[in-house]
Amino acid sequence: MSFQLPPLPYDYQVLEPFVDKETMNLHHTKHHQTYVNNLNGATKDSDIVAICQNIKNYPVAVRNNGGGHYNHSLFWKWMAPVGSSNVAPTGTLKEKIEATFGSVDEMKKKFTDAALTRFGSGWAWLGVQKDGSLAISSTANQDNPLMAGVADVEMIPILGLDVWEHAYYLKYQNRRAEYIQQWWNVVNWDEVVKYYDNFASKNNPVPINQ
Amino acid sequence: MFANIARVLAQSSNKCLPLIRAKHSLPDLPYDFNALEPVISAEIMQVHHQKHHATYVNNLNVAEEKLFEAKQRGSVSDQIALTSALKFNGGGHINHSIFWTILCQNGSSEPGGELAEAIKRDFGSYQRMVDLLVATSTGIQGSGWGWLGYNKQLNRLEIAACANQDPLQATTGLHPLFGIDVWEHAYYLQYKNARPDYVKSIFKIANWRKVEELFGKARHD
Repeated sequence: MSFQLPPLPYDYQVLEPFVDKETMNLHHTKHHQTYVNNLNGATKDSDIVAICQNIKNYPVAVRNNGGGHYNHSLFWKWMAPVGSSNVAPTGTLKEKIEATFGSVDEMKKKFTDAALTRFGSGWAWLGVQKDGSLAISSTANQDNPLMAGVADVEMIPILGLDVWEHAYYLKYQNRRAEYIQQWWNVVNWDEVVKYYDNFASKNNPVPINQ
Repeated sequence: MFANIARVLAQSSNKCLPLIRAKHSLPDLPYDFNALEPVISAEIMQVHHQKHHATYVNNLNVAEEKLFEAKQRGSVSDQIALTSALKFNGGGHINHSIFWTILCQNGSSEPGGELAEAIKRDFGSYQRMVDLLVATSTGIQGSGWGWLGYNKQLNRLEIAACANQDPLQATTGLHPLFGIDVWEHAYYLQYKNARPDYVKSIFKIANWRKVEELFGKARHD
């Protein structure tokens, strides 16, 4: 059973003007598709979460493309057109964020900073650590915080932001700060809350549809 | 008497230094933004030079200023904390300063002279060297540079990949001769995800005369 490119939950243009249609199209149909194709060529194993958690046992092609497939599969779900989700976290996650960072705004500042200071390609993350606490971190390339022994901060990611240049260059060029700022407008907080409530708070990584 | 003068000068120069410490500046492109069309678009050249390279220069100056201040304060810890910023931005400045000079409007088709001989000796043929450099550059995960470099100790040419803005010589000891920027910003506006097309095309605008010059300097200096 090989990995498949998941369909986008929405049309390519719905995140405009924050994330442009052309980027969504290329990002999904080219970049993510390539990760899927290369991953299928690199391993016969099918449990992507287990692969990430045991990434040290796999060759670099699996790390790059397996990470790419997992990260992007969730990335599409972490975004939604304006108006289709709450504009801020709710419930237990909201309380946890406030308890950990002081406020949702403070959390966003720290996350933004992680995204800005990741030099080169990578991702910024909000996640839940083994002890249940929230943390923010960034990883290089297609690494993610599930990758034990690889990620600086090991945790279950519940929100991630792609800061590879292909994620923003067509619209923002070198203005990564502007991209990050605009991206907050399309974060699907309902989905993030679900990931926390149903998975991360129970110490389970968020699954993806293979 | 002169020792006293020297001492006074030395003491005061510490205060004067901030005024006369040289800052890095963005080098001019040796050609117009559109000179490398159709291989690299004018839009890319403009953003790449005026935004990306300029930012590395500015941030390098800031990092060096902080380094100087940390040294003045005697804080080794703060100096060490600056090493990433120096590598990122210093490397970015070094790499791009080389990059603009090894590209040109009407690239000569192949290297000549001593460089051509070395390529034949170390790779078998020019095409084999190109194939290797293309494969290396295309295969870099994330951001980085592919390089043809010179190993002075062993007197041989080598292909190498560097991550992010890690500068070739400081990282590997190889003298940089011809490098290919494969950060997405170097090609995305024009080639989108088709990095292999960009990497293969760049040889049409390679300034082999300049690369021969760099090789000569590396060999004989």
